[in-house]
Amino acid sequence: MDPFIFFALLQDGITTGAIYLLLAIGLLIVFSATRVIFVPQGDLLAFGALTAAGLQSGHVPATLWLLDGLSAAALLASLTGGVRAAGRALLVWGVYPAVVSLASVWLARREIPAVSILLALAIVTPMGPLIWRFAYRPMADASVLALLILSMALHFVLIGLGLVFFGPEEASVPALSTANFTIGALDISGQSLCVLGAAVALVVGLGWFFGATVQGKALRAAASDPLGARLVGIDAGATGSLAFGLAAFIAALAGVLIGALTPLSYDAGFEIGLKGFVAAIMGGLVSYPMAAAGALLVGVLESLGSFWASAYREVIVFTLLIPVLLWLSLRRGSDEDRA
Amino acid sequence: MKARLFAIATVAGLLVGAGLAQAQIKIGAILSISGPGAGMGNGYKGAFDFFPKEIAGQKVEYIVRDDGTDASNAYTIAQKMITEDHVDAFIGPSLTASDAAVAPLADKAKVPMIAMAPYEYDPHKQPYVFNDAQPLSLMVAKVFKYMQQHGVKTVGFIGFSDGWGDAVLAATKTAAAADGIRILDDERYARTDTSVDAQVLRLMSRHPQAVMMGNSATPAALPVVALRRRGYRGGIYGNHGIVSPAFIKVGGAAVEGVIADTSPLVVYKQLPAGNVVKPVATAFMQEYTKKFGPQSVNPFAGYSYDAMLLLKNAIPQALKVAKPGTVQFREALRAALEKTHELVGVSGVYNMTPDNHNGQDSRAAVLVEVKHGAWREIH
Repeated sequence: MDPFIFFALLQDGITTGAIYLLLAIGLLIVFSATRVIFVPQGDLLAFGALTAAGLQSGHVPATLWLLDGLSAAALLASLTGGVRAAGRALLVWGVYPAVVSLASVWLARREIPAVSILLALAIVTPMGPLIWRFAYRPMADASVLALLILSMALHFVLIGLGLVFFGPEEASVPALSTANFTIGALDISGQSLCVLGAAVALVVGLGWFFGATVQGKALRAAASDPLGARLVGIDAGATGSLAFGLAAFIAALAGVLIGALTPLSYDAGFEIGLKGFVAAIMGGLVSYPMAAAGALLVGVLESLGSFWASAYREVIVFTLLIPVLLWLSLRRGSDEDRA
Repeated sequence: MKARLFAIATVAGLLVGAGLAQAQIKIGAILSISGPGAGMGNGYKGAFDFFPKEIAGQKVEYIVRDDGTDASNAYTIAQKMITEDHVDAFIGPSLTASDAAVAPLADKAKVPMIAMAPYEYDPHKQPYVFNDAQPLSLMVAKVFKYMQQHGVKTVGFIGFSDGWGDAVLAATKTAAAADGIRILDDERYARTDTSVDAQVLRLMSRHPQAVMMGNSATPAALPVVALRRRGYRGGIYGNHGIVSPAFIKVGGAAVEGVIADTSPLVVYKQLPAGNVVKPVATAFMQEYTKKFGPQSVNPFAGYSYDAMLLLKNAIPQALKVAKPGTVQFREALRAALEKTHELVGVSGVYNMTPDNHNGQDSRAAVLVEVKHGAWREIH
């Protein structure tokens, strides 16, 4: 293999690795705060990409109606919780969806790429808290396994909705940058730089969020000791909601980024999410730096694997899990014991 | 006494009524209308709106069911259609995996079945199974003949890492051997992959004169875009799975010049005046696009339509032997289908024999090229 090909493969691997990194972070946030393995994150990725693509081609995407419907349900459900809760819910689940809906309907016809992408993020992000509110929260104390089964069920629900909303065809998201740079023999696309930039910005932003804000600290507290956090007055419902919101935002962001590199269909998210999961597992579902290293390793390995033996690429990536799982289980026993 | 007579008369009347209802021809269709195959399923289903309500003076009932792109569903539906609906023939299934599941069932129950996906089987072992979709070998051979005529000696293959990729590769190997073309490389990727750069780099390091693709639908644009971005200058060829407006929409300028085989129906307007398929295909597609819009042109509706044409051609002969709903009728229908001679459909011309239950020839394949953002026929 000549060095040119090696660097080209490395560049390709790091770009996809950055996407896996984003998803691994989302999975880790949700798992540490709620013990949920958020399988539907991949579907939200597809939702994000296809919503942006729909807006860009002048359609009002059906995900908007899903947001409105779920928000209305959340608003109704909050009426039982007293005046203050209802007032806050009116703002979050009444005013916000209304503003996003009006903006989408009005702006869809203009077809401005940056606006389509921002609207897609605004539409898909609240679905995280809404999914938490209606699906996971009622059984938040169930076992990890039960929550995983619920995740799988939700994945199938979302994939079905995805087919109804977007149809079976694939679509592309407009690229944030169409620039191309040449360094020596290497050809670097602006979009892959955008992907890397977004990943770095997200990591830095989350570092600040977890280190400097009350909500971030509450989330960390709930992750390190759920019972203790509850005893000192941290609302488990609110931290769960926040974690799912972050994960949904990250998924939608990954969707609009990767949707510009390759066309996506409604069912494309699951496999991408699975690779993010492999990365998160490498961090033992607790360590962010390890997960980040894992994500880049998966990306690069996938790229090199595609070069050497493309038919066995998936086998190579998923085989990587076996030694990691072995090591993890030898080191500290199963998670279920601790929970 | 009077009441009893009345009762007997009523029962007799009901029996006669049931007998009359039995006399109509029932055709069961199993299509993949939802699930991952939905994109094609809508085409298959759309054609049913143009089917005759009567064939040779007999009323025809079409029972259309969706298998959700799931072969086990198709099996259950077929079983129900055989035992409860007593269908006289099957149109479909429209999915290769479903065809494989339903074929033994239809054959055992002696219900003639016209599979609509490329599906390989032995007509001597399953005499009740027919197929009206072009076999992959026929289509790929057309592409390689063109390559040979244009001086291509070496190709690299890139395709899906699934059954479709394997099937196209098998046909590619046969066609390449026949035309003296060497296959230098076999690269695979998954439909859901987000990058094929690595495979493309490997492919280009072997310096093939042309690239043959074993993929389908919009994910097929991915390697073309990557090849052109990396500066590959050779010809890029595909199979009929990529011929759709969506492929061009996704691939943009990069897919200009891509050549693929397809069903004549897709380019019905551009077929030369002497083409036998042209008038039939044009008549059907004009009706079809009037109802579903000018963007709705697709090859899949053609397979449903041809299945109906094959049955319509065979039913009058079977009616001479027995009444619909009987095993004798189905046996006669099978025999008549096997004698189909020079039947011009919208996807090709059919000549069935006991050895060949597809019966299409090179008239069922045309070559198209992406030119100025649209698929154009190459004469």
